[in-house]
Formats: sequence, C-alpha cells, structure tokens
Amino acid sequence: MKKKLKYLSLLITSLLLVLTLTGCGSQSLSSQNVLENDKKSKTITWGVKADTKLLGLVDVKDGKEKGFEVDLAKALTKKMLGKDATAKFVTVTSQSRIPLLKNGNIDAIIATMTITPERKKTIDFANPYFDAGQSILVKKGSSVKKVQDLNGKTIIGVVGSNSVQNVKKFAPKAQVLQLPDYAQALTALKSGQGDALTTDNVILAGMAVSNPGYELTGKAFTTEPYGIGINKGQKDFKKAVNKALKEVQADGTYNKLIMKWFGDVPGFNYKEVLRK
Amino acid sequence: MQNWIDAYSWINIRFLLQGLWITILISVISVILSFIIGSVLGIIRYAKIPYLSRIIGYIIDVIRNLPLLLIIFFTYFGLPAFGFKPDTIPAAILAMTVFESTMIAEIIRSGILAVDIGQMEASRAMGMKLSQAMWHVVLPQAYKKMIPALVSQFISLIKDTSLATIIVVPELMQHGQVVYGQDPNYIIPVFVAMAVMYFVVCYALSLLSKVIDRRMA
Amino acid sequence: MIKLLTDNWSAFISGFGWTLLSSVLALFFSLIIGSLFAILEVMPSKVVRVIGNVYVEIFRNIPLLVITMFFYLVIPLYVVKINGFTAGTIGLTIYTSAFIAETVRAGINSVDSGQMEAARAQGMTFWQAMKNVVLPQAFKLVIPPLGNQFVNLVKNSSVLAFVAGFDLMYQGNAIASQTFDTVNTYVVVGLFYLVITLPISYYMQHLERKLA
Repeated sequence: MKKKLKYLSLLITSLLLVLTLTGCGSQSLSSQNVLENDKKSKTITWGVKADTKLLGLVDVKDGKEKGFEVDLAKALTKKMLGKDATAKFVTVTSQSRIPLLKNGNIDAIIATMTITPERKKTIDFANPYFDAGQSILVKKGSSVKKVQDLNGKTIIGVVGSNSVQNVKKFAPKAQVLQLPDYAQALTALKSGQGDALTTDNVILAGMAVSNPGYELTGKAFTTEPYGIGINKGQKDFKKAVNKALKEVQADGTYNKLIMKWFGDVPGFNYKEVLRK
Repeated sequence: MQNWIDAYSWINIRFLLQGLWITILISVISVILSFIIGSVLGIIRYAKIPYLSRIIGYIIDVIRNLPLLLIIFFTYFGLPAFGFKPDTIPAAILAMTVFESTMIAEIIRSGILAVDIGQMEASRAMGMKLSQAMWHVVLPQAYKKMIPALVSQFISLIKDTSLATIIVVPELMQHGQVVYGQDPNYIIPVFVAMAVMYFVVCYALSLLSKVIDRRMA
Repeated sequence: MIKLLTDNWSAFISGFGWTLLSSVLALFFSLIIGSLFAILEVMPSKVVRVIGNVYVEIFRNIPLLVITMFFYLVIPLYVVKINGFTAGTIGLTIYTSAFIAETVRAGINSVDSGQMEAARAQGMTFWQAMKNVVLPQAFKLVIPPLGNQFVNLVKNSSVLAFVAGFDLMYQGNAIASQTFDTVNTYVVVGLFYLVITLPISYYMQHLERKLA
C-alpha cells in the first residue's frame, strides 16, 4: 500500500512538472509588435546558420557569422530601420530555428529554410529571397544517377530539414538516416553509411568543392524557395521585410551579394539565381 | 595527411581552445552553483521534514532519471513560455545546474548517511542542536568522504557540456563543428583534437582528486 | 499531448524498443568487459595493471559523444561497416565498461585482502581465488552502484540520436521537427525514459537500504 502511494505521488509530481512546463502558453508574444520594438532598439535579431558554407558559417578567425544570408540580413536591417541600425545574429540549427522564433529569442529566421505549407501552419514567411532546389550528392561512379534510383537504398539527410520528407515522395522505398549537421552527414556518406546525401543543391555544391571524389547527380528534383521566417501575427514586420527585399533587388545589392558568394562555385550556375 | 596539417592550423586550434574555455567556464560556474543547491536539497531530503523532504525527494528523482539532453531542451525551448528567454550560455549553465544539483544532492545525502549515526546522537546528547551537530560534526566528515564522488561528478559535468552543442552553445564541441564546417575533410582530425582536449582537462582533475584523497587519508 | 502521442505512437514505441535493446546489450557487454578490466587492475603483474589502468582512464575522461562519433565515422572508413545503432551501442559499451571497471575494482578492494591471501595459501591459483572467493563478495557490494550505472546507461543511450540510431531521442527529434510541437514531444520522450529509469533507481535504493 505504501509503495503504491509512493508511485502515485511520483506520477503526480511528474505530471505537475509537465503541466508547469506546458501549461502557460505564450500569448503575450503575438500581442507585441516586433517591428515597433526593433525600431526603438535599432536592432533586429536574426537566426542564422553557423555551419553552412556560403550561406551562414562562423569564421574561425574572428568568430563572426559570414555568408550570403548574413550579408542579406545586414542589408535588410539597414533598409528597414535606417543606416545606423545593427543586425544581431543568433546561430540556430534546422532543429532549433522554429522553436526559437516562436519563443521570441529571435525576430526572424534567415537560415536556409524552405517555404512549405506545413511550416506555414506554424509561422509566416516573407517573399522568397533565394531559389534553391533539392538534389543529391553521390560518390563518382555510383550507380545512382537520379533520385528515383534510391528506392531500396539508404539516403542521408539532416535533422529538421524538409529534404528528408521530400525525398520520401520521390523514392518511397528508400531508408532515410537523419544526422545532426552537414559535415557529419557528408562524413557518414564517405564512411559508407548511406548511398547518397540529399539537401539543397547550393549546400551540396559547397561540399563537392572540397571533396573531388563526389558529385551532384541528376537535376534538382524540387524547387526550394528559401523564405524569411516570421512569427504569426507580425504583419507590420512582414510588410517591412518584403519592402526591404524589393529595395535590395532594385538597387542591385542583391545581385552583388549573389556574385560575391556564388560567383565561382563549380557545379552551381549563379546566373539562375540572379534577380533583375 | 594534408587534411591533418591543414586542420591543425593555429587559427583552428585557437578556435577550439576558445571553445574549451567556454566549456570550462560553464562547468565551473555550474559546479559551484549545483554544489550549493545540491547540498541544501540533500540535507533537506535527509532531514525528513514533513511534506517538504518528500516533495523535494520526488522532484530530485524525476530530474535525476531523465537524460540531460532533455533537460537542456526544456530550459532552452520550454522556459521562454514563461517569459524568461535565456541566451545559450546561461541556458546551458541553468540546465547543467538543475541536473547536477540533483546528482550532488544524492551524493550528499548518502555521504551524510555514511557518517555513523552514533555521532549524530552523541552530539545531540551533548546538547547540540540538530543544525549545530550537522554543521560541526556530520558535514565535515561527510564532505571528506564524498570528495572522490564529487570530483567524478565534476568530470562527468565537463564531458556532458558537449551535449549543449544541440542548442548551439559556443563550447568545444560546437566550435569543433564550426571548424569542420569550413572543410568537412577536417572532421576526423578535429574529433581527435577534441578528444585530447577533453582528456587532458578531465584526467588532470582525476589526478588532483587522487592527490587530495591521499592527503586526507 | 494525447493527440501527439496517438499520432506518433509507432515511432515512439519503436524508439523505446531500440533504446531498451541498446541499453540491455551495452549493459551485458560492459559488465563482462568492465569486470575483466577491473581484475586486470588488481593483478599481481604491474604491466597488466598499467594496461587496465590506461583503458579505464582513457575512456572515463573522453565524452561519450566523441567515442560514439569515432565508431560511426572513422571505423567504417578503415575497418568494417557498422550502422548507427551498432556504433552507438559499441560506444556506450566501451564508455560504460570503464565506469563499471572502476566500480568493480572498488568492490574487490573492499573485500578484505586477507581473504585473497588465505585462499592463495590454501593452494588456489589467482584466478580460482578471484572467481570463487573475492568476486562473489565484491559483486554483492557493488550491486547498488552497478544499478546506478545502468540508469546512467539508459540516459546516455540518447547519444544514439547523434548517429541516427533510431532510439527514443532520435524519434523525438524527427517528430518535433515534423509537428513543430517541440516542448510536448520532449515531454513525451521524457516520460518514456522515466518508465525505464525510475523503477530501476527505486529498486536500487530499496536494495541499498536492505544491504546497509
């Protein structure tokens, strides 16, 4: 009897802990106007990648984030809040970016995130800022020539990215392994843990540069428009981002950044992503 | 071979060492905080105060039996629901402290239990209050006995900070990921370098504990 | 939360199964390897003692994550192909065996050394004395700390998530990134872990009290 009581109270403790963790929703956040707050502080906090070459990567020399997305975020910040405004960066992973946005740790996500209908249920997107497409990376001479060849084989992807779910539509019989980051995924491919690595072509192209034994194969089988993620209900902020996006495209800043980061990446045609 | 030479450039090693510094910083702050909180919780649980001891006991048991990875997730993703939005480093310190306090509370409690009950009774019979007997007689002996267990807990804590990578805390493991993010061919040399760094710090600590142990004995 | 649980029931259960399987396998092998190294550490020969010591100190002082990554990424490159589950379980086994070696060695040391000498004096070999006299007593002493090691092992098995080992944490990550319901997903994952770890740690506390 005493033992049963003990277990019962233990269960109640766990449930209470659970309830305190989940009970309080964050209604307060959606009622705040992020744009107004940022205008006051003259800063926008962006979530960027720390480990993705060309797009968002921390530089070991000075510990600063660098890449196309980082530069674009800086340009957008200036357009939105004025020349003296600063962009603050928080490094995120595919796994942590949406929770951090919903929690309000960051104001917006600019971290290789594709606009998808599923994500749109949870967060809002500004207009697309980059047009990637999903592709596969294989060892040179591999029998895999296109994504459909992967049925019955093993594909490696990264946790939290939608490429993992996409690939199941094209090769439903493939087994999918999800690893924590791109470098580990590539090394797993080299170790023979899978037959192909799938993610967006721009990221794969970056990998193929430093690994001559591997190549992108087949055409991109999806279009992956990257969008800036914004919390639901932040209409003013969204409007401001879209307006700033239009401005950086009109004044040529956008194309300059594309040339800077993708101008000489073999296997990736930067002209396809230029915007007039 | 070229990969190894390139991977161990001074810039990369310096970046790893910066990560190691954050690892040590998080570990030291967490161990101090959790030593204090853990001692209080352990004594409360030992003291059998009606209701309070039992409730604290259950909370300790629940937290102690969860993977640390989950506790890290909860502090970073769960707490902001209460309007408290810690940065990654404070979030990691908080998660480590919550988890380690419960582990240390258990070490303290069993340390107190291991001190002969007769001593407690004798001091009480001599007219000491419970708190006095605890402070002057039981705790000094208990802490002495617990040193090896406490040090090995500290070592675990240092190693466990590597899990905080998952929320992008700039500690050693995460800096390792950034280094091999520059060139994925660096991954194996970087893992070897990280293993050596963790080993040097942890092994030095365990040697220190052996020396202290021998001095005390 | 109930909906999350019912929608992803099969993923949670398979994750639970892999976690349990990995933990049991790792416990079994690390008990054997750990005891072996514990005995090496108390052998009369100094060289053997040093070998035992080096093994224990190396694997006790390196994070499990690093050991596991080594088996997942490096071993298949040069030695033999192993998948994430196997690599994770091997990593867990080696890491835990170092801790078990320490625990068992402490147990052996706390058995009165006179007993070893008496057994040897009666004509038993070192191994006979170990097996028949010292180890049975040592194991009785170390059962509660070993139980705690098992609890640690189950919790540490979450490292499998880093190498696509299909365990609870891996499934939790996958579910969280599909449903975007991060906190609730991890609460469910936590409850599944407690189902394994709480009964063991309570049973061990009970044993400890009984033995004391």
